[in-house]
Parts: sequence; C-alpha cells; structure tokens
Amino acid sequence: MSTTTTTTELVETKKSGGLTAVAANYIDERTSISTAVKELGRKIFPDHWSFLLGEVALYSFVIILLSGSFLTFFFSASMAPVQYDGSYVPLKGVEMSAAMSSSLDISFDIRGGLLMRQVHHWAALLFVAAIGLHMLRIYFTGAFRKPRELNWVIGFILFILAMAEGFTGYSLPDDLLSGNGLRIIDGMVKGIPLVGTWISYLLFGGEFPGEAIVGRLYSLHILLLPAIIVALIAMHLLFVVVHKHTQYPGAGRTNQNVVGYPVLPVYAAKAGGFFFIVFGVVMLMASLFTINPIWNYGPYDPSPVSAGTQPDWYIGFADGALRLIPPGLEFVWLDHTFSVNILIPLVSLGLFILVVLIYPFIEAWVTGDKREHHILDRPRNAPTRTAIGAAGVTFYAALWTTASSDIIATHFSVTMEGVIHTMQFLTIVGPFIAFFIAKRVCLALQKKDREIVLHGYESGRIVRLPGGEYIEVHQPIDEYERWKLVSYSDYKPLMIRPNAQGKITTGQKVRAGMSRWFFEDRIEPVGNAELEQAHTDRH
Amino acid sequence: MTTINKPKSAGRRKSGRRHPLSSVALIAIGLLFTGGAYAAFSTSTANAETSATSQQTIGEGKKLFAANCATCHGLAAQGTGSGPSLIGVGAASVDFQVGTGRMPLQMDGPQAQKKAVQFTDEQIATLAAYVSSLAPGPGLPDSNLLDAKGNSAKGAELFRINCAMCHNVAGAGGALTQGKFAPSLDGVTSKHIYEAMVTGPQSMPVFNDMNISPESKRDIITYLKYLENNPSPGGYALGSLGPVSEGLFLWIFGLGAIVALTVWITARSN
Amino acid sequence: MAKDDNSGKDLAAADSSGVGHEGAPAGTAVVVRDAVANPGFPPHRPRVTDLDPSAERRAERTVYTLFYLSIVGSVFAIAAYMAFPIVPEDPGSVRMNNLFIGLGLTLALMAIGIGAVHWGKALMFDHEGIDERHPVRGSDETRTRAVEIFQEAGSESGIGRRTLIRNSLIGALIAFPLPAVVLFRGLGPQDDNPAALLSHTMWKKGTRLALDPTGTPIKASDITLGSAFHVIPEGLQDLEHGRLEEKGKAAVLLMRLKPEDLNELPERKGWSYDGIVAYSKICTHVGCPVALYEQQTHHLLCPCHQSQFDVSNHCEVIFGPAKRPLPQLPIAVDSEGYLIAQSDFTEPVGPSFWERN
Repeated sequence: MSTTTTTTELVETKKSGGLTAVAANYIDERTSISTAVKELGRKIFPDHWSFLLGEVALYSFVIILLSGSFLTFFFSASMAPVQYDGSYVPLKGVEMSAAMSSSLDISFDIRGGLLMRQVHHWAALLFVAAIGLHMLRIYFTGAFRKPRELNWVIGFILFILAMAEGFTGYSLPDDLLSGNGLRIIDGMVKGIPLVGTWISYLLFGGEFPGEAIVGRLYSLHILLLPAIIVALIAMHLLFVVVHKHTQYPGAGRTNQNVVGYPVLPVYAAKAGGFFFIVFGVVMLMASLFTINPIWNYGPYDPSPVSAGTQPDWYIGFADGALRLIPPGLEFVWLDHTFSVNILIPLVSLGLFILVVLIYPFIEAWVTGDKREHHILDRPRNAPTRTAIGAAGVTFYAALWTTASSDIIATHFSVTMEGVIHTMQFLTIVGPFIAFFIAKRVCLALQKKDREIVLHGYESGRIVRLPGGEYIEVHQPIDEYERWKLVSYSDYKPLMIRPNAQGKITTGQKVRAGMSRWFFEDRIEPVGNAELEQAHTDRH
Repeated sequence: MTTINKPKSAGRRKSGRRHPLSSVALIAIGLLFTGGAYAAFSTSTANAETSATSQQTIGEGKKLFAANCATCHGLAAQGTGSGPSLIGVGAASVDFQVGTGRMPLQMDGPQAQKKAVQFTDEQIATLAAYVSSLAPGPGLPDSNLLDAKGNSAKGAELFRINCAMCHNVAGAGGALTQGKFAPSLDGVTSKHIYEAMVTGPQSMPVFNDMNISPESKRDIITYLKYLENNPSPGGYALGSLGPVSEGLFLWIFGLGAIVALTVWITARSN
Repeated sequence: MAKDDNSGKDLAAADSSGVGHEGAPAGTAVVVRDAVANPGFPPHRPRVTDLDPSAERRAERTVYTLFYLSIVGSVFAIAAYMAFPIVPEDPGSVRMNNLFIGLGLTLALMAIGIGAVHWGKALMFDHEGIDERHPVRGSDETRTRAVEIFQEAGSESGIGRRTLIRNSLIGALIAFPLPAVVLFRGLGPQDDNPAALLSHTMWKKGTRLALDPTGTPIKASDITLGSAFHVIPEGLQDLEHGRLEEKGKAAVLLMRLKPEDLNELPERKGWSYDGIVAYSKICTHVGCPVALYEQQTHHLLCPCHQSQFDVSNHCEVIFGPAKRPLPQLPIAVDSEGYLIAQSDFTEPVGPSFWERN
C-alpha cells in the first residue's frame, strides 16, 4: 500500500472516527495490533456446550488469581506462635501460628474477607473439577488425536499443577485439618525407600511439623506454581489458536473447515459474558455456603484430629488409595523398612497418571493413523476408547469414593469395614465391568444408529395393512441428521506382516494384539450401496 | 506393680523420708485418700438425692425397672447375658440412657440409638432413684455446670483433644468400627452431654472429674452450645462434614449449574 | 515398520477428510469407497428476534435492564459493606456481611454475564461463519528453509566441527546447576541426622505423664476403668522451642482396662500398671493421631485411614493399612502416686521410614 493512500485514509478516519481512531492509530503504529485484530478478530469458534468446559477452568483460574491477590494483602505466612486475640470467641487466647491467626482475621475482622476466602476456595475446587470434566470431554471425543497430542500433555500437566496449587493452598492456614493432611504427606514421603526420610527432613526444615513448611508452601503457592500455570495456559491457548478448534460431525462440516461464530462480536459476547456467569456462580456459592471453616478446626496440634479428616476432593483419590491397602504390607529386609502399604498407592497412582498422560501416543501407535483429525468422534464410534475411559473413570471414582468411607458408613448405616472391603473389590473388578458394559453399550448404540440410517426412526404410529398385518411406520431421517450418523472414522485390526528382513517383531505382535483388541468388533459406517439397498427394500 | 525409680525420685524431692516402705505407704495413703474422696463425693450426691426422693419413689422405680428393664439387666439390676449390671452406674447413666431414648433397647444392633423417649421425666427420675439406691455412682450434674456460660475457648480446645476425633470438630459425629458411630452432638441437651462424659455410655470412654474437671466440662458444653446457637458465619454449613460434602456440593450443584448454563449459552436462540 | 498397514487396499479412494496429510499414512483406517456424501450446510433458520420486531425490542430491553440491574447489584454490595459492619465477637454479623456483600456481587456479575450472552444470542448477527483449515506443518518450502538456516548456523559457528568447544560447553551446562542442588541441602538443619531424630522422643526414665493440654501430672488413682486420657510428657508445655515437634512424637493415650482383659506380651510384663496402659497416639501408618478409643471393645481407630488397633492385644493391627502395632510406653508409678515413664519408647514412633529396622 502506497504512502499516499495511507495518509488519505488516516485523514479520513481521523475525521470520521474521532478519538477512537486516533487512539487506535497511536497504538497500532507502536504495536502493529491491527495485524492481530485482522488475524484473530473474525476467527471462527464452533459452538457447543462441552467446548465451554475449558473456559470454566480458565475463568476459575482468573477468579482464583483475583481473590488470591486480595488474600495475600492480609495473610501472614509464618508459623511463629502468637496468641489469638481476634473476634472469634471460641479461639480467644489460644496459641496458634501467625498463619492461622491471620487467616482467622481475614475471616472475622475484615469485611468481605471471609467472602474472598470462600470465593478463593470454591473457585479452587471448581478449577480442578472443570479441568477434570474438560479432560473427560477431550478424551471421549478423541480430541487428543493428531495434531493435538502435545496439547493434551500440557493440559494434563496443568491438571497435576492445579492439584498441587490446591494442596499447597489448603495447607496454608495451618489449621487442624490441613495440618493432619501435611502429617499424612509426611508419612507418605517417609515411606519412600532410600530418600524418603531425607526428603521429609528437608521439606519441613527439620522434624515435622517445624516452622518452615507454611512459608515454603506459600512461595510455591503464590509464586512458582502460578507462574508455571500461567505459562502453560498461554501455551495451551496458543495451540488452540494454531490448531483451530475441533468440531463435532455435522452437515457441512469437514476436516478442512471450522464452522461457528466469529470472535468479534458473538463469541466475545458469549465467552465474555460466560466469565461473569462463572464468577457469579462462584460468588453465589461463597455467599451462601461455608467452605473450610478453619475456626471449627482450630490451630494445628499433633495430638487432636477430627472425625472425617479428608483432603479436598481432588486429592481424595490418593487418600482413598491409602485406605484400600489391606493390613500387613510392610516388611524389614536388609535392615531397612519397605513400606509396601505406601508404595503400592504411590506406584499405582503414578502408573495411572503416566498412562493417562501418554494415552494419545498409545492410541496413535495402535491405529498407525498419521492424519490430522479435526472432526470429533462421537464416543460410541470409538467403542474401545470409550470403554477404556469408562474403566479409568471407574477406577478413579472407586478410589475417590473410598476416601469418604467413614462418611458413607455413618450416612448409609453400614460398617466402615464393609465399605472398605466393597471398595477393594470395586477398585479391582469395577474397571473390568465398566469396560465391558461401556463397550457393549457403544456397540449397541452404533447398531441403533445404523438402524436409524437405514430404516428411519420408529414413529410410534401403527398402521394396519390391507392384508390385516400391523406395522409400525418408520419415519425416514433427513440427510443432515444422517450425515452425523454415518461420518466417522473406522479402523480395522492390523494384520501382522513380516518386515523388510522377513521377521515379525515383538513390537509388531503387541501392536497387532492391541489393534485387534481395539477394533475386532467394529461396526462399519453405512455406505451408499447399503443405503440404496435399504431404500429399495422400503418400497 | 512396678516401682522402679521411687527411691531416687522420692529421695530427691523429699529428703527427710528415706524408709524403703515409705513410698509404698504413701501410695497406699494417696490411693485411699483419692478413692475415699471420690466415694465420699459420689455418696454425698447420692445421699442428697436419696433424701430428696422418698423411699416410695425408689419403690416405684423398682416396679418400673422390673417391668421394663429387668428382662435384660436382671431383676436386681445385677446384669444378665443380654445386658450389663447396673449396680454403681449411678443416676447420671440412667438419666442419659433413658432420657435420650436409647434405653429400653428397641432392637439388637451395633449400638443403642437415640429415639423417642419412652418414659416421662418423673418415671425417669424414679428409675434413676432406684438404680442409684443400689450402689453409689455418678449423680445428676449440678445445674450451674450446665448453664453454658463457661469459657468456650478452653472448652473448644478440650473438645478438640478429647472429643473431636470421634464426634468431629463441629460435633457432627463420625464413624467407629463395625457399624458403630459417634452421634452428632447438635441439639443434645447440656445435661445429657455432661452425663455422657461422666458415664461413658457404650463405646465412649469415661471422662471422670480428674481427667476433665466439672468446670472444664462446663466449658465444653459452653463451646457446643456456642456452635449450636451461632450458625456458621460463612453461610449454610453443608452438614459440617468437611471436604467430602464440600466436594460433592461443588460437583453436583456448582459444576452442575455451570454446565446447565453452558447448555443455555450454546443453545440456538429461537 | 510396515509401510502401510492397509496394504494400500482401501486407501485407493483417498478420503473425505484429507487436510494436512497428503501422503500421511492412515494406518489401519478404513476409508469407505462409497461413503455417503456430505450434504452441505442445512438451511439457515431465522430467530424470532429476526422476524418479529417486537421480540427484538423485547430482547433489547431485557439486555439493558440486566446491565442496569448489575449496577444495582454493585451499589447494593457497597451499601452492604457499610450497612453490615462486623461487630467484634458476633459471628452473626460476619454471616450478614458475607451474605449481603456476596449477594450484591452475585447480582452484579450474573446480570452482566446473562445480559452479554443474551445480547450475543438474540440480537447479534447469527449466521455461522466458516474458516478454512490448513495443515499444521509448515509448507515444504518453509521447512526446507528452516533446515537450511540450521545448517548455515551450524557451519558458521562450526559447532559440528569444533567438537572440543561443543563438548566442553555441554559439560559446563551440565555442571552449573549442580551447586543449586547442593544449596537446597540448606532446607534442613546442617548437622542433624533425621533418622536419629525420629528414633527418640521426650520421654525418659521418670518423666511424669501429664494431661494434654494443661500439663497437670496424672495419678494412677485418677484413672478409672474405661477412661481414656490424652497425655503429654510433663514439661512439654514449658519448652521454648520444638513444642509441636516433640508433641508430634511424644503424644500418648492412656487407658485403663480390667487387668484380666489385658493380654500382655511376656517381655512387656511390667510395662503397665494395674490395667493402665500407655500407647503412642501417632499412627504407624502415616502418622495421624490414633485417638478413637472404644472402651467396650478396647479397639483404637485411626480416623484418617481406618487402621484399627487392639489395645487388649498390645495394640496389634486388626484392620486397615497399618502394619506395626502402636509402640507402648512402659509406665510405672512414682512415690507420690503419679504415673511416670520407665524409659523412652523402645522403638521409633509414628510412620515407618527407610532407616527404621
């Protein structure tokens, strides 16, 4: 573009736009922001409720940053003993750490302080829950496939970091509940062979509980972890922009396009409005429902403990895993203690996390599919993946449920021992049952889809034919609906063939086995020929 | 009996008394004294009651006992295979067990449960009078110990150390082994709280006056009444069960509401 | 690896979704030859607000009313801040303060959110747009240029040729973070041995058993049958430093059973006194206080992970993940009738650790 035109244009806009145009020009000449607006302003985002779950996580994180910043102005991350002299009568004169005392002051002596504490804590629970739900959506729709495998890994690391943020924050007030939580962490760390004792010693700056841990967790909680999370969220979102959002199968949608609303204005209005809605829901919970009443728990002391001592929900699966271990799993060998009762949960949860982390690569290896996938799978159209997911969810849910074994016992009038034994059974057998059921349900739904494509919906209208025969009238499905049911990627089991050296490698055998497991009872999508055939039959 | 380092410590503290048997004598005296004091204390309460209640009341109590309790506890309250002896349990125990509806036992189970009270206050008093007439035991608490006007901070600390592991820090109750449980303390009267501490009903340990003084028991009651009379400053307490109910609430109602809203946001306007 | 898992049979028809993988193998994917064709976009359905001007006006009214309502909410929150002050020692005032500021803010936030979304849904142009997708990988040209750049940089710097420079740099980069690792040794005190610290508690011969939290010494005669006393060593409350650390190891639960209910180990005869036994309160699993004593069954329960210990059987584990019995504190009575420890615990208390044997 020549200089003359730019100048004339500028003069014109100056006349018509006034201040806005001047400001825009000023900024653009210094930042080139018009490029960004041109690239991103009309970027298309597909619309589906499940695509907003990641936003819930992002927005809760923003809420956490806002409310957390407020709390830092009042919180004192020190374990120096002080005598509480605030407004809450049943703790007056009690000796506690400055951390606990300042948390109580936030709750009882600063207007709106309790509200901010409760906003912060509810938003934290929501943050992790929203990430979890978002991950389930990604998993069950196959959105982790190429080119998004790395973004799955980043997202999963964010999930782990969110839990770490949650746990470090939970421990800061130095109340009885969180102190016992730290005690459990200390006990688990000590159970790690070789280095456990030293890690615990260094972590707590001496013997448990020491006077260092709250300050250290505070550094992690407000500095290190948030910085990493912010950086990873930026990467996560950058990848979303680079890849463009996935979309569900639908008429007109292909792997080469993305259909939806532009960022400006519709998506901005909806997503921007949604931030306020999420904030509003969190605010409503914080104003109506108590969370973490540290004034009931009192200051940490190694001698008392409360019935129903549990971690926040996202650590529950680990607590549950500890509870499930049967007695007697610990031994001394070569003068050293092997705490198998702690190592089994640590190792099995570590493996579980690892498998979830690398799942996209496992599936990519099994299918050998190197194409990009931007159209999501309906969960039923990937039966084995869905079944594996169901098994994983069941395993996690069983551990999670076990963490509330005592509360289940009292509220459903059953014995605590019975609950534990049941959960031990469910943790091991439950995933297999869930796998089987989920897979059968998927296949059944796929068969139903075929049925609908070929013969239409059951209309519920019964007609009597001239010959006296009764039939139900089937309503044919329109082509747009039909497209959703027939357009899915279909794989068949891998045939083992010798490689160039004429050998069949073990890797190849494993891959073929996995492939058979994934795809042997696949149901093919309906093709044109079948459709024609069905059509002729109907007439 | 183990008496390992007595000479040393006795020698150090009280230099005049060095006879080897002196420490034994001292223990004996100490035991006698405390035991005697306790007995005197208990009997004085019992005596006070006995004098207040006529022999006739005891007679009525005995009849009630024979009709309602003797099947399990025996005609002379000596205990049978299906119920413990009640000799020496005191009026406090009777008042707690019958006054909260736990006795008479409705059915076998892991533990006797609170239910509608089966007797009138007068009947309970006569039963208590009868049982405490059998042998001295903890009497009914003094009403000035039940006024909930003690030091709630001290009470809260004692509650956390002695009670919270079973009853939960907010008194919401908790699980014990084999289907037993520590009940919620919400709405339990001061008198029954006090009696439970003194008598140690069922699984609960006894907290005698040497462990938690009557004044401290009053503090604990003060704290529990404070919790009862001051609803949680943060809003509805979700059963005071801690992170489990909070997490469940967040998933079902918090995230549930948000998911419902996402469906609205992305639904096409018509 | 096999070149093409499908032996090329089904791939002849290419596929209906070919972005970014010209030549990218489809693995075992089956591409249906006679796949049903994508019917293209369904016809656009106009909204009520597009057809009915009164509905449009109504929607407009709703949106700005909501925004005004949000202002009301914000003002209400500020007013509530002033109208519901916190009265010292009155938790009810905190409740009101929390409730009304919160509700005001909820209204302020929700109204903006719902208003904006409603605006976007009902009034903004609602035709969907379409973006083209392009393969994520750079174009061949870009990739060739990128490789070239690296090659040029390599030859210009000579990193490939000058191996000594390269290797020494790698070495230096590996070595330089090591001091940082060493620095973190300072997280814990320099000259203590953690395993040794864990092996001792404050209890020693003659230490009186005292009540938690007052520190009042306990007489044997104070402990009636069925009692449970929460115990700390006498003098703990007077410690200047390390009170919680010591308490975390020394906390003890004292119980009195009928002597005939106690099944004592032969080597521990004499560790109890007239049916009074003292056990560490710190769970041998991961360290929670095991304090739920059922006086009829003589079972101790840990509320954290439900390990159960049988007091009548030297606190052996009868349920739950713990393995070791709770350590017993040998007790006796001194000349004044007070309970004292005969010695420290004879084994480390609390959770297991590697150096424990």
